[in-house]
Amino acid sequence: MIPEPWAAIVNAVIYLLLAPVVGGLIAGIDRRITARMQGRVGPPLLQPFYDVGKLFEKENLVVTTTQNFYVLSYLVFMAVSGALFFSGGDMLLVIFAFTLSHIFLVLGAYAAFSPYSHVGAERELIQIIAYEPMIIITAAGMYMVTKSFYVSDIVQSAVPIVLYLPGVFIGYLIVLTIKLRKSPFDLSTSHHAHQELVKGVTTDFAGPNLAKIEIAHWYEYVFLLGVVYLFFGFNPLLAIAAIIIAYFLEILIDNTTSRVKWQMTLRSAWLVAGTLGIINLGVLYYLRMVIVP
Amino acid sequence: MQVSQLLIFLVLFPLIAAFFLLFARKSLERNWIVKLAALAIGAVSLWLLVAGFDKGMMMFGVSGKALDLAMLAIELVIAVYLLWLGLKHKKYSVVILVVIQAALLLWFELAFGHTLVELPNNLFVDQFSIIMAMIIGIIGSLICVYALGYMEIFHEHHKEIVDRQGMFFFILFVFLSAMFGLVFSNNLLWVLFFWEITTLCSFLLIGYSQTTEATNNAFLALAMNMLGGIAFVVALIYLATLDPSGRLLELSTLLKSGYAVAIVPAVLICFAGLTKAAQMPFSSWLVGAMVAPTPVSALLHSSTMVKAGVYIIVRFAPVLTGTTEGLMIALVGGFTFLLTSCMAISQSNAKKVLAYSTIANLGLIVACAGVGTYNLMWVAILLIIFHAIAKSLLFLCVGTVEHRIGSRDIEDMGGLIERMPKMAVMMFIGMAGMFLAPFGMIISKWAAIEAFIQAPFGLIFIIILAFGGSATLFFWSKWMGKIISVMRNQENVEKTVPQDKYTVLWILTALVVIVALIFPLISSVLIEPYIMDVYGYTTRLAEANIIIMLLMLGLLMIMPFSMLFESKTPRIAPPYMGGRTTEGGMKFHGSLGMSRDLVLSNYYLRTYFGEEKLFMVGVLACWGIILIALVMVVGVVL
Repeated sequence: MIPEPWAAIVNAVIYLLLAPVVGGLIAGIDRRITARMQGRVGPPLLQPFYDVGKLFEKENLVVTTTQNFYVLSYLVFMAVSGALFFSGGDMLLVIFAFTLSHIFLVLGAYAAFSPYSHVGAERELIQIIAYEPMIIITAAGMYMVTKSFYVSDIVQSAVPIVLYLPGVFIGYLIVLTIKLRKSPFDLSTSHHAHQELVKGVTTDFAGPNLAKIEIAHWYEYVFLLGVVYLFFGFNPLLAIAAIIIAYFLEILIDNTTSRVKWQMTLRSAWLVAGTLGIINLGVLYYLRMVIVP
Repeated sequence: MQVSQLLIFLVLFPLIAAFFLLFARKSLERNWIVKLAALAIGAVSLWLLVAGFDKGMMMFGVSGKALDLAMLAIELVIAVYLLWLGLKHKKYSVVILVVIQAALLLWFELAFGHTLVELPNNLFVDQFSIIMAMIIGIIGSLICVYALGYMEIFHEHHKEIVDRQGMFFFILFVFLSAMFGLVFSNNLLWVLFFWEITTLCSFLLIGYSQTTEATNNAFLALAMNMLGGIAFVVALIYLATLDPSGRLLELSTLLKSGYAVAIVPAVLICFAGLTKAAQMPFSSWLVGAMVAPTPVSALLHSSTMVKAGVYIIVRFAPVLTGTTEGLMIALVGGFTFLLTSCMAISQSNAKKVLAYSTIANLGLIVACAGVGTYNLMWVAILLIIFHAIAKSLLFLCVGTVEHRIGSRDIEDMGGLIERMPKMAVMMFIGMAGMFLAPFGMIISKWAAIEAFIQAPFGLIFIIILAFGGSATLFFWSKWMGKIISVMRNQENVEKTVPQDKYTVLWILTALVVIVALIFPLISSVLIEPYIMDVYGYTTRLAEANIIIMLLMLGLLMIMPFSMLFESKTPRIAPPYMGGRTTEGGMKFHGSLGMSRDLVLSNYYLRTYFGEEKLFMVGVLACWGIILIALVMVVGVVL
């Protein structure tokens, strides 16, 4: 089924306008809870907005002017992929747009030709290939349950998707850890300043460019949590509770684990996708083909 | 002019041009002949498109008996020639294979020559043949034009290699002729004849430089393709045994004759296709073929040779649909896709990365054709088109860059955006065409996922695509990152690239973008009617999604212009180098007052994606699967 064009466009516009606000608030709450877990008071709730506002006021300092293009493309395609998702579009198209946007961030870091950016870019790529199979498997799993790749169909499905896809859901939580740049998988850049990579992939971005990257992250948060919603789409209240619990769990993991090497990241992500993901889909396939043809 | 005359022109004209080239002594003459011939071939291919796209399958009778004998005679002459070469170079495996194939062919002629009736329709053309003809006629001839400039410089750089350019261009055009013959032939004996000609041409082209390595790799390619050729001959003998009148040798009849009759020849011919398409365990010949001059690689990888392999497998896909044998062939393709995508990560030689990427994409095509449902067939044909364009562009770019910077190592291509900005942009677009949305290959990958999920056992291929696809992402992105990194104080070395080369490269670059824009049109005019003819129903991407893709492509194309509208001119600062231990000019302080230049190199992850280990896994797995398929075929025969 193709989504109703007008409702889809309205949803996309709402996402484009509100996602940065929601994403920024999530970042603010994240910082407060993290601080409490570490026995600190933490910054005000709106601190992420103050930070970004201040960054925009700074001078546009670059290593090469092409960085501006890559960062803008990163932001634009991140917004596009989220907008496609919330307008009920095809999951696979959303994933491809999402990947495209990340490639732009990586290219921006490569363009700077500096040691920290470079290693950050390589690690960011390793992270991308670590989580990418699991996202495709997630989309395939949702198709197998709902017979559609369209987000609009998946979200309306009355089937409790999470009960059919428990393995895929766990795999997706690992994707979430990588994508939210949480420890133990915050290889390429981190929210915390205590790493050997300086700021990794974002080291050579400053001022407005860094602000755009931050806004892109906010768009990304909302989209990633939107996928969690799909697993529980049959019951909106439960879905929102699941999002809150999942996010809290991510913060907890972030604060209780230490960063692993890239080898471990790649291995664990592929291992989970290759076992939980495949077994889950295999069982589903068997049930569908053999038990209820 | 009638369509049949266009077909005959496309087969014979390159051959005539080839003979002129053999005797052209001056490079000016050669230049004119190649350019005019390329223009004529390209124009007639387009003419064929205009004349034939809406007519469906057309068959033509060309009096056959005398031609059949001539072809047999030529094949035997080639066999004697190869026998002589094999003995001369002490390649006894090739000698044995040549003897076996020649013996089988002679036996075929003696046993069935008198019973075979003259087939009514030796030539045919349908939308799929037209697509192949466009790829051969346009991309193939563009590569020939590019080769003119390339070979001049090649021989300037390599004085030790004997200049046999007349021979070189002769073979290139014979190759094009054979490819046209292959895609237009309805008579399997003719298909075999052209099939063997392409094997011979690639053998001669790979060995062009006559170094020991080139000769060895050429014989490797020959041996592997001969193996496929033998399977092909066995398929023909089987068909002639079933029906001594030889009516089953007509491709169009055979494809409609049902599982019981067609499965054995289908598997044997698909085996030949696997060797030609360099699927594992036969992938090493295509990797070895990179010793040849770059235009040869471009030709082998994009519009000829390997495309002949997948062409024949896609032709037989309707027979394979839903069969276990088909699934086996698809699995060979699937494993090849997964493993070679991973192997490409560990390579820093640009041509080798391109070679593994070709093998991987062919694997995906084989996987689609082996499973063989109608929507996968659609994907397979789309993949053939997109891959041909982007890959020829990338090979020719690497060739040009190699001549300027003297290296084909990706690590030496750092900062290409400063040194050769135009080449870097073209390579960027070519690579985007290979793995980024919303360009060609990603459209195909997307359609492949949607099609596999509905196919029997499709889940296996979804998993393969998920992992293999992400490996693809890795090796293209890091290469892309290398060429766009902005190093300081680089000199522009681009000026000396001749105009001819640019023309070819810009046309191919434009094609990458244009085909991504108009693929819905190509699909509805050419691919869908063909699928409709074969399966009775067809497929396409949802219209809303196509519109979104086009919008994304538009957005992507206007993004670079954002750099023109900067409100404030950004201030340039040096990158962050880590504080006190550095000095100006991208240097680090070393011990004893030394200063060290900053060197950055990419990750190759060899412990995980090492070539040898994965190759062994692939060879064992794919041989296993192929043997199972062959045993099943023997079961059917008995």
